[in-house]
Amino acid sequence: MKSITEQAAWYQSVFDALEKSLNGEAQSGFHVLRKKALNRFKEMGFPTTRNEEWKFTNITPLATTPFTPVPAGTVARIAPSAVKHYLIPEAHSLVFVDGHFSRDLSTIGEMPDGVIVCSLAEASRRHAALLERELARHAPGEENSFVALNTAFSLDGAFVSIPDGVRLTEPVHMLFLSTGKPQALIPPRNLFLVGAEGQVSLVETYAALNDGVYFTNVVSELLAGEGALIEHDKLQNESRSSYHISWTHIVQQARSTVTSNLVAMGGSIARSNITTVFEGEKGLCTLNGLTLAAGTQLIDNHTTIDHASPHCESHELYKAVLDGKAHGVFNGKIFVRKDAQKTDAKQTNQTLLLSDDAVIDTKPQLEIFADDVKCTHGATVGQLDADQIFYLRSRGLNLLQAKDMLTFAFAADVVHRIHVESLRERLVSLIHDKLHEGRISS
Amino acid sequence: MSTATNTIEQLANREYKWGFITDIDADSAPKGLNEEIIRFISLKKNEPDWLLEWRLRAYRHWLTMKEPRWANVKYHTIDYQDIIYYSAPKRKARPKSLAEVDPELLKTYEKLGISLQEQERLAGVAVDAVFDSVSVATTFKEKLAELGIIFCSFSEAVQDHPDLVRKYLGSVVPYTDNFFASLNSAVFTDGSFCYIPKGVRCPMELSTYFRINAANTGQFERTLIVAEEGSYVSYLEGCTAPMRDENQLHAAVVELIAVGENAHIKYSTVQNWYPGDAEGRGGIYNFVTKRGKCIGRNSRISWTQVETGSAITWKYPSVILQGENSVGEFYSVAVTNNHQQADTGTKMIHLGKNTRSTIVSKGISAGFGQNSYRGLVDIKKGAANARNFSQCDSLLLGDKCGAHTFPYIEVRNNTARVEHEASTSKIGEDQIFYCKQRGLSTEDAVNMIVNGFCKEVFRELPMEFAVEAQKLLGISLEGSVG
Repeated sequence: MKSITEQAAWYQSVFDALEKSLNGEAQSGFHVLRKKALNRFKEMGFPTTRNEEWKFTNITPLATTPFTPVPAGTVARIAPSAVKHYLIPEAHSLVFVDGHFSRDLSTIGEMPDGVIVCSLAEASRRHAALLERELARHAPGEENSFVALNTAFSLDGAFVSIPDGVRLTEPVHMLFLSTGKPQALIPPRNLFLVGAEGQVSLVETYAALNDGVYFTNVVSELLAGEGALIEHDKLQNESRSSYHISWTHIVQQARSTVTSNLVAMGGSIARSNITTVFEGEKGLCTLNGLTLAAGTQLIDNHTTIDHASPHCESHELYKAVLDGKAHGVFNGKIFVRKDAQKTDAKQTNQTLLLSDDAVIDTKPQLEIFADDVKCTHGATVGQLDADQIFYLRSRGLNLLQAKDMLTFAFAADVVHRIHVESLRERLVSLIHDKLHEGRISS
Repeated sequence: MSTATNTIEQLANREYKWGFITDIDADSAPKGLNEEIIRFISLKKNEPDWLLEWRLRAYRHWLTMKEPRWANVKYHTIDYQDIIYYSAPKRKARPKSLAEVDPELLKTYEKLGISLQEQERLAGVAVDAVFDSVSVATTFKEKLAELGIIFCSFSEAVQDHPDLVRKYLGSVVPYTDNFFASLNSAVFTDGSFCYIPKGVRCPMELSTYFRINAANTGQFERTLIVAEEGSYVSYLEGCTAPMRDENQLHAAVVELIAVGENAHIKYSTVQNWYPGDAEGRGGIYNFVTKRGKCIGRNSRISWTQVETGSAITWKYPSVILQGENSVGEFYSVAVTNNHQQADTGTKMIHLGKNTRSTIVSKGISAGFGQNSYRGLVDIKKGAANARNFSQCDSLLLGDKCGAHTFPYIEVRNNTARVEHEASTSKIGEDQIFYCKQRGLSTEDAVNMIVNGFCKEVFRELPMEFAVEAQKLLGISLEGSVG
């Protein structure tokens, strides 16, 4: 599957098979969108490193593997005990296995009036009009191959709708588990609608029960109504042979506050894109990110903050810890549109290189068209400070302990910004494991 | 806001002080580009065969290339067949002294304030003036020759020092490098050549003045500076052009080579090409390739540029840091006013151990100006303990302009330390208020604040240039009080 024509033909044949299995649903409005998306994908093909957006991320291994969605009937049965470990006890949980919603594994508790938390497939039956209006209207499917591919193949995902003025006290946790089935295409599609003054915490977790060359290609759309208060956490801990590409597209209305926390540590090639657009004044957006990569992992994070309205504020902190032969990529774009006066944007990017062979490509980017703004960005790349190591050793720690402590502190800075408590605790132990793993491999 | 309207009105009334046209018979090639034209240029300049061959290889390579479009600038497609590639002021023979130079030309320079005689007498600056494409007269040549320094026009160097030229031409910017560098390699007409022998510290600032005069000409000059072990040279370059409605292309190549241990080259530019009128008509397209290579241990190359002119500036003075402990520096002030666009920055390529680089870039946008900083800090695998510090600040005057930053940081060695910081802001109302309260006019306050903003860069300029640069900045931003 080297050529673009072969790739296009493959996904066309996969699509034809999918269409047959859909029966009557193939006539629905959403299916028309799917068809259009497939055609768009075929026109664009997978991006190459000649594309500026993919300059440092070579996805040839992904593009040349023939992936296919896992048919609903063949999804492996998993015991609840095997899943428990991944769940967040205080949250409502939606569990997906190889892209399909599992009612048995999910636990959705009592909801306040008007709140909808369900799978997208269920929502498309019960809230068709709402979906028709909002689904696939925000993420940029026209210019983006992966969003188009997701739209073409997505059958399920999570749907959360919070009405005006309602606060959901418990977080909603979406757990996407892979069984590690080879060449599986897992295309979840998530839609989060939060009304005016609504409040919710959303957690997306990606994990695998077994290692395997599968491909998660997820798109999430999040709409924050006026004055809404939202935390969106994403833990990407896919298996080490897999590919993970995700697009999170956030639209913020006036006075809304969105905090996005991303921890990316899995996958052989993983790319996360987070885009936020201020559609109303006085919005606040905070993007925090942490990459932990070792071995030969390539982890790429792209963020875009589009200050399309005046008086908005954004804070961004992205950190990376790279060990072994890992390759980290960061691109943070901040756009300040012509009339977006009084914008306050701050971006920080810090990378810690732990080994001789780790590599980082970073590109913070500011594009400013308004004059009354305050925009700064800073980027640093370095290794652990010798003085700090010396200090810790003078206090009786050995070299390894000292390094671990400093590396952990560097990473924990991001983790501590997450408000979902048990997720935070889980991350702390995951980071310790990862540091340990990096050491063994190097 | 009334100040905003004021700003635009005043901007429109701003004049280009250097926009006179000198009426001299020019000896030009016909319009267009083909192998014949290249042979014509080469013949005119009485060049050796190897150079003609080199030009032709460059031309053939250029034909296979596509014009790059990635820069953050917008312009009409350039018709490369509509350019005169060779235009020389007519004269009988090589001038032996200043007395033989066309008085019209000398007058032009006087208007520019670089009267050759005066300079020779007072300033102690050796000027190699390039008018359109041919070097007119070089001052202080004898004095420099005593020290073994070669400072002459490129054509003279080809005649008198062919071995040196052959050895170093294209060694930093090969003819295959990029679209405009290939074009330049094929058609370059003149430029400056400078060679500083071992252990010599050049006693004066060397300087070239470029001026585009004839209509429809492109200026394709080539500058080559070679510094041997333990030598030092400070080189100044200034540029102007007359006002014309059409856009003129300037595609130069500058190569700096710090060959030996402890060699130090300091290259300063004050670029004041015609920026076009207030509506954005005319002006120079300044698409230049500038690159230096630090080969020797402890060698050092610094670029300092003040870019106030040109409709479009598109250039990245770069340094390849090959020698151990070598140092690269880039100090830049870029001003865009009216419809000017600038996409400029630097590349610091760290190859050797303990190499260090500093980048300080100050962008000022006013009117409808668009200013982009684009830079690369590339730490290769072998560059242990490499160090980089980058700072790029933008100042916005007015609400129609833009400031953009595209820094690339690529690190392949974990002992490297790279720091980058950038900020964008406008002049604070409190700052202006403070100055006014001390009795300064708004205009003076802005001037003072802008000068303070650029101070780190001006400080790097040689004295004479620093004064000129401050004045230029004042003129460029005249009226753009935000």
